[in-house]
Amino acid sequence: MTVVIDRKVPTHRVSAELSHETESTVVRFAGDSGDGIQLAGGQFARAASGSGAWIMTLPEYPAEIRAPVGTTFGVSAYQIQFGTGEVLTPGDEADMLVAFNPAAFVTNLSFVKSGGTVIIDEGTFNKRGFSKAKLDDDPTLKFGDHDVRIIRVNISKRTLEAVESFGIGRKDSMRARNFWALGLALWLNDQPISACEEWIAKRFSSEETIRNANTAALKTGHSYGETMELALPHTAPRLKQSNRPDKVSMISGTDAMSLGIVAIGALSKRPVIYCSYPITPASALLHALAHMPEGVKTFQAEDEISAISAAIGASYAGAVSISASSGPGLALKTEGLGLAVAAELPLIVIDVQRAGPSTGMPTKPEQSDLDMAIFGRHGEAPVAVVAPATCEDSFYIMMDAARIAFRAMTPVIVLSDAFLANAVSEWVAPSADQLEDIDSPQLGDSAARNDTTLARKWVSPGMAGFEHRVGGIEKDRESGNISYDPDNHEAMVTLRAEKLTRAAAHFDRPFLFDGPNDGEILVVGWGSTFGSIRQAVKDLRDDGTQISHLHLRQLWPLPKTLKETFNGFKHIVCAELNSGQLARILRSELLLNVVPITQINGRPFRISWLKKSINLVLFPEIT
Amino acid sequence: MTVPNLTAKDFESAEEVRWCPGCGDYAILKAVRSALATIGRPPHEVVFISGIGCAARFPYYLSTYGFHTIHGRAPAVASGVKIANPDLDVWVVGGDGDFLSIGGNHLIHVLRRNINLNLLLFNNAIYGLTKGQYSPTSPIGTRSPSSPNGSIEQPLNAMKLALGAGASFIARSVDTQQDHLPDILIRAHTHKGASLVEILQNCIIYHDGAFGTINEKSSFADASIQLRNGEAMIFGKNADKGLIYSSDTGSFNIVELGIDCGKDDVSRHDETDLTRAFALTMLGERPGEPTALGVIYTRSEAANGTEHRNAPPKAMPKSMLAGLLKAKT
Repeated sequence: MTVVIDRKVPTHRVSAELSHETESTVVRFAGDSGDGIQLAGGQFARAASGSGAWIMTLPEYPAEIRAPVGTTFGVSAYQIQFGTGEVLTPGDEADMLVAFNPAAFVTNLSFVKSGGTVIIDEGTFNKRGFSKAKLDDDPTLKFGDHDVRIIRVNISKRTLEAVESFGIGRKDSMRARNFWALGLALWLNDQPISACEEWIAKRFSSEETIRNANTAALKTGHSYGETMELALPHTAPRLKQSNRPDKVSMISGTDAMSLGIVAIGALSKRPVIYCSYPITPASALLHALAHMPEGVKTFQAEDEISAISAAIGASYAGAVSISASSGPGLALKTEGLGLAVAAELPLIVIDVQRAGPSTGMPTKPEQSDLDMAIFGRHGEAPVAVVAPATCEDSFYIMMDAARIAFRAMTPVIVLSDAFLANAVSEWVAPSADQLEDIDSPQLGDSAARNDTTLARKWVSPGMAGFEHRVGGIEKDRESGNISYDPDNHEAMVTLRAEKLTRAAAHFDRPFLFDGPNDGEILVVGWGSTFGSIRQAVKDLRDDGTQISHLHLRQLWPLPKTLKETFNGFKHIVCAELNSGQLARILRSELLLNVVPITQINGRPFRISWLKKSINLVLFPEIT
Repeated sequence: MTVPNLTAKDFESAEEVRWCPGCGDYAILKAVRSALATIGRPPHEVVFISGIGCAARFPYYLSTYGFHTIHGRAPAVASGVKIANPDLDVWVVGGDGDFLSIGGNHLIHVLRRNINLNLLLFNNAIYGLTKGQYSPTSPIGTRSPSSPNGSIEQPLNAMKLALGAGASFIARSVDTQQDHLPDILIRAHTHKGASLVEILQNCIIYHDGAFGTINEKSSFADASIQLRNGEAMIFGKNADKGLIYSSDTGSFNIVELGIDCGKDDVSRHDETDLTRAFALTMLGERPGEPTALGVIYTRSEAANGTEHRNAPPKAMPKSMLAGLLKAKT
């Protein structure tokens, strides 16, 4: 069997091999959604990254903006893994947890590894705090046989003391608590506070008192650890030994995707029109694009339907048109997608997936919109579906999506999710010259279909001599006029599918592959699970399993070489955060026994759980 | 750009018109072609966007660019077109189902945003293309396949809705008024901002006599009043009736000239008076009142953000992309 597998990956991953000698630590912050947990976590990540660490983060927050203080359902958390070798996930379990209140303690204890450390703010561990968390007693006194070490610090009191001289009142003083805790967490993990100091100075440049109070809290927390000689049982990664190249920096999935969006415009020399209606977790894209200096116009529509309709109008007028949403919004956009298919207009629709059905769990990731993306339209309305594998890939996938959309003159759906959008991970910023221009169908002197791509030309109002009428009504293959001719309809249904297949054949890196071309087992995944699967597969390979990892970026149409690639393996498993949607598609399309490994709990895979699940396929007798 | 000497014929497409013989759409099509010729934009700079319904077939019969979209969404699609290319002359065509029912939300917001679009509402107070069900503008009691005992729903007043949504130009005309309709269309086009023209229209198959007394020549003059800015509000076959605005009731009273008062006592139409505009939109809701035709309300000051909106979007220079990427290293 000869299978040509494209191992070209976008970045440093080629050179940065995982090494056994690397060290990493997982730190988790948890507290009220108003405590500034996401800020503290993000700043910790910034500090570690600034010291040269590889990092990956997992922000986890409730859907409620400000749930009642101290309640378990109002707990927000932020987890960071940082290390000296490439970090692919936010980590299964935390070495250290900072719990800002009893509710955060009880809801996050299970995320701490055995032997780990929990720092609690003693100032909140009182009767009032226990009762808000609906606890009868101090939860640190009896939490079963979970073996963790608890460091009790009255962070509240220490913060108040630290900022007392600024006279900002108790309420504002307490808001500096996250910086005090951050300072302590940085000290315990051998990280400098300079990066955070700089950030505070910039962020609060016009609010001197707040700036000084936050800086004081940060510094005091940091020196508290030193003065009290607090230490952790685990050793922080010695980041001087980090193998991270200088060119690697950190980026969130959302930032990468918004840069990818503006890159489409710059590389195709067309303006970008971004139309969307706010929805968690996709709104951050709208915010990022609204702040772009030039090259993109954002339109906040009155609803999801208007958003896609306006995007279709903008595409008709010749712009790069993008609409983003999450599952509930994609459901509303389906009729619009059908129109774009029928009118043959390029369009990119981004679905930042969240747990469903219906409102579901709006801030939690899930990969359960795959079926809807591929099949969820009336009539035969094929669209291309692609998915980024990493934060960094969220940049490249946009340009890849645009290439298909322009080549086939058809909509493309990009499936991201809440984890990938919010996570921060490493990337290497390319120089603009490294990025290939994006061609769009050139009009020339004829509006006739391109014989190779089968696509119609991108004719837009304003072009003299090409005035025409187009719409959702079936049209004649050549003239574009209304046609109810039975043979023409069949020809058009075939044409719409075929031009997509032809365009998809040019897709860059339809899948990422790691491992030998044949072996015992192949783990197939897609989307945000890349890091966990890659790590689980590497671990199992190190243990002697003949195992490889194939990660699809192009989900529909399926890459042509897929079956051939699968043939090299005895077992094919498909790991995804849904009930087995891709596995079902692979089974029906390839007629192979693809075994699903599924998890639907609103969280990314844990590597340990994945390894166990893969092993169960290999050694079913173990159960 | 405008082109001199364009004729209505220059705006005809090769497509054969397929509306029912006698449909009001023919008259509207004629008026639109004539207005377009007068306006003088070349066909390639003009776009007609429609939703679904009989009216929505309109773009096929014009030589301009045309996009026949999906039900109710034409105002949203048109907004996208205009955002992407503000230089285009964009018209939106929809019926009472398209604009006021399935697409009601989009109409409200396109008016509120005041995007420079010309919206033509073909109101025949019935769902024609789906074979005659009552529509949101059908009068109470309308018997239809879906309301065999007569509709029990309060009809919607499109002009009142539009004012409530913050529209900056609203006008009403009638399909059969060929001397009136083209002028109103031209005024709508001249207005910078969203302009909504409600065209009262007959449906010969499912709602013949939709606006009975207005559609008919014999009763037209008594059933409607032609509003002309600054002129006395006089109507009737013999021009013997007038309107006087009462600020006490916020409505217009009908007076008989020579009996109740003289010509000079009649109110003059001020198309920029929002309070009176509300009263004008409601005229005709009670029996015996004339329906207001013409420009009911217009506001000429530039819409918020017009400059920003009218700036043609540009592609991001590669050098700027390079800078953004560099900032992320």
